Amino acid sequence: MVFSAKPPRLRASAVKGLTFMTTLKVKIWRGTESGQFQTYDVPRLESQTVLDVVTYVQRRLDPSLAYRFACRVGVCGSCAMTVNGVSRWTCRTHVDKVAAGDTLEIAPLRNLPVIRDLATDMTEFFDKWAKARGRFTGAHTRKDDFATVKPESKERKRVDAGIECIGCGVCYSACEVVTWKPDYLGPAALNRAWTLANDVRDVAQQERLAAVAGDAGCHACHTHLNCTERCPKGISPTAGIAGLKRLVLKAAMKGEL
Amino acid sequence: MKNDHRARNHPAYWAFLVHRVSGVALTLFLPLHFWALGNALQGEARLESFLRWADQPLVKFAEWVLVLLLAAHMAGGVRLLMLEFLDWRDWQKTLLAGAAGVSIAVALLFLLNLT
Ligand code: SF4
Ligand code: SF4
Ligand code: FES
Repeated sequence: MVFSAKPPRLRASAVKGLTFMTTLKVKIWRGTESGQFQTYDVPRLESQTVLDVVTYVQRRLDPSLAYRFACRVGVCGSCAMTVNGVSRWTCRTHVDKVAAGDTLEIAPLRNLPVIRDLATDMTEFFDKWAKARGRFTGAHTRKDDFATVKPESKERKRVDAGIECIGCGVCYSACEVVTWKPDYLGPAALNRAWTLANDVRDVAQQERLAAVAGDAGCHACHTHLNCTERCPKGISPTAGIAGLKRLVLKAAMKGEL
Repeated sequence: MKNDHRARNHPAYWAFLVHRVSGVALTLFLPLHFWALGNALQGEARLESFLRWADQPLVKFAEWVLVLLLAAHMAGGVRLLMLEFLDWRDWQKTLLAGAAGVSIAVALLFLLNLT
């Protein structure tokens, strides 16, 4: 393998230099909410990711294909799609792991409006983070000293378990309750609320609990664990949601909610 | 767009399905159960004939299925309560296996008692 500034898959010479294992039959969703799958032949390469496949199609076979990506290394959270029926981050999903024989079916994320082809409109998804009171509210000013949060404290550990979310929407796409109940805040927004609920510096706790309690909030979760099963970062939104349910219950019993 | 069965093919979702199906089946069975109990109140003869009917192998098998459903629904319920009320993170699959194990064990015990 030759290393170069450009990823090898973008260069004709690099592709030519590799021996093709086989040809992948790739079905890709074309259209908006209504549309159909179109089949493309893509050379199968070693260590190829699903995002590589989509990029190959867009760069070589059909430049009109719409899709989204940025970092290619699992950081930005923009490349999620539905691969053979399962929501996944495509830049870190190897074809070898998910291809059924030599076939791949690539569709946009579920539970979100499709703008075109593989690109979904994430507005609703992020608006729900705001609705779940997903922003930090501190009481300190820059004149105050740093807050100390002990790494081994219970709260800090809970925050650690959920803080690595990259906002990819995989969990939201996998969640059945979002399909049943479109105003449900969903696993990612509630996971965010849970990390803040455990942030000892935050002073908007009551307001946040009120925002996540109720029918469109944590109580809508059926504990299917679809989100937990699919989150590429190994986060368990279900665990956080259960935590929120307990906090709401406690607050309600104390008459604070 | 919606998910299809491929997205749901994982143990926790099967657990949800078992819990839902057993719950519905038990709800349907309850009226029958009360009807049988009502028979007992109506006099011994009717209960006797009912019990004789209930002694057939097929009915026995159905009873065993009911016990399995009840055990599965109960174990599933305990699993859910633990998921909701304990501060779990990594052991939910162990819990699931435990629930499945307990329900099968209860059903087998019942089967041994029958014969
Ligand atoms: S556990 Fe809750 S949030 Fe996660 S997929 Fe299931 S219903 Fe959705
Ligand atoms: S919780 Fe996981 S699946 Fe959901 S948005 Fe964050 S990283 Fe993606
Ligand atoms: S492209 Fe950034 S996470 Fe996949």
